[in-house]
Amino acid sequence: MRIHVDADKCQGHNRCYAIAPELFDVDDLGYATALNDGVVPAELEEKARLAVANCPEYAITIEEG
Amino acid sequence: MSDATDHQLSSHPPVTDWTTDFDHAVDEYAARAPEIWDELRSACPVAHSERYGGVWLPTRHEDVAAIAYDTEHFTSRSVVVTEGRPIAPAPRGIAPPISSDPPFHQEARRMLLPAFSPKAVNELEPYTRAYCNELLDAVAGAETFDAAVDYAQHIPVRVIAKMLGFPPEDGDIFRRIVHNALEAVDLPQEQRMMNFLTLDEYLRTQVQDHLDNPRDDLTSFLLNAEMDGEPLAPEHVGGTIALLLIAGIDTTWSAIGASLWHLAANPDDLARLVAEPALMPTAIEEFLRYYAPVTMARLVAEPVEIGGCPMQPDEWVLLPFPAANRDPEFFDRADEVVLDREVNRHAAFGLGIHRCAGSNLARMELRVALETFLERFPSFTLADPDAVRWSRGQVRGPRTLPVRITS
Ligand code: HEM
Ligand code: SF4
Repeated sequence: MRIHVDADKCQGHNRCYAIAPELFDVDDLGYATALNDGVVPAELEEKARLAVANCPEYAITIEEG
Repeated sequence: MSDATDHQLSSHPPVTDWTTDFDHAVDEYAARAPEIWDELRSACPVAHSERYGGVWLPTRHEDVAAIAYDTEHFTSRSVVVTEGRPIAPAPRGIAPPISSDPPFHQEARRMLLPAFSPKAVNELEPYTRAYCNELLDAVAGAETFDAAVDYAQHIPVRVIAKMLGFPPEDGDIFRRIVHNALEAVDLPQEQRMMNFLTLDEYLRTQVQDHLDNPRDDLTSFLLNAEMDGEPLAPEHVGGTIALLLIAGIDTTWSAIGASLWHLAANPDDLARLVAEPALMPTAIEEFLRYYAPVTMARLVAEPVEIGGCPMQPDEWVLLPFPAANRDPEFFDRADEVVLDREVNRHAAFGLGIHRCAGSNLARMELRVALETFLERFPSFTLADPDAVRWSRGQVRGPRTLPVRITS
């Protein structure tokens, strides 16, 4: 599984980073990026899905596989 | 003190039909806004009223989101609905970036963000916690006290004063200013102008003090900031400082107060949160969803249709994020507080380019305020449910909240 943050949509609500700091980082302005090129270890897949489902801007997408 | 004026009755005539004549500054709205939103959502999801020179009230998540994302047909030149229309010129507006439209908005916002990033805000946590404890020390031993007046209202004031480098003991002055700007919207226009002059005068003194003695705080930062290689206009600096004072105080006070109100009124939720502190992160997002304190507003800039309703330039549109947060089309069990709600895409801090710049700070203050309170007082109830008063206008929260400590 891979996650991607769309920088045009992200408004820095910081929900993803609060839920899964293992998968996301925030820059000095508070906007999010996916860590580790977006690659999600199997044990964090559930957290990745929760981050996607809580982003108010629909800025995070998942690529399965 | 703002708590005295909060209880004055509204000067607006009562509303008889909410679908055609609503008014967010009447006492009935303060008492039961959430029910009014629910009624409107099924009867008339985009309601209109002739008050304030023409104002719309959408209540579905879909319509609120569409307006928040549409910066072409709607302008942010004023985000507080009043009898008059804003006189400050676009694109900056009176209090950048909240009153600014693109493209000016982006730069005016960006310069503020580093001070409010999650990492910057973490550094303020120990200070906030120490202050919460100090407030609770002052009421320790009392059987009843007012959790809004004695506790919640002081917290955001103290923290923003520290960030701006203003005297911490000026808390009462700020709160009066904020009340006048946000809640006393039914005052005559001249009275509101007078109130803004008081704010202007206060800020002038603080800014002069920072010009004479520059230091490492947000006020000095703004005085030195540049846009397109030019220092910010004095009106820009003043407007942004006013915004930071106004945007952060009643809002966060309301969020803390409403969360404590919920816990005082729902002993099962209180016991569960005390027993399972790991629920705090989802509980906080749920309080923010269910008791979202902030309704924003826009002016129509270009003719547009929302939910089948034709909107004309210069009409107001209220943006009730709290109503969107209770839309059953968008949330399961929208009308229940679910402390462990895992999927919660709420819009308490807005949607789109104006997302609350202070949201990380507000969340930290809310979490620390609740943690500190529950640690000290794991068991409490409403001392007098009928004495609880909710605010009118665009920021909703309990302004009197007598609680009885039961442990
Ligand atoms: C629970 C507390 C708070 C809530 C619910 C809240 C809510 C909001 C909302 C809904 C907006 C969107 C405005 C719009 O769409 O026009 C906003 C904007 C803003 N808020 Fe907050 N706020 C809170 C606390 C704070 C705090 C503590 C600060 C900072 C001291 C702050 C500073 C701002 C600023 C600067 C903006 C304008 C952002 C922009 O226009 O780009 N807020 N807030
Ligand atoms: S939750 Fe969404 S909007 Fe917020 S920081 Fe993460 S990606 Fe950005």
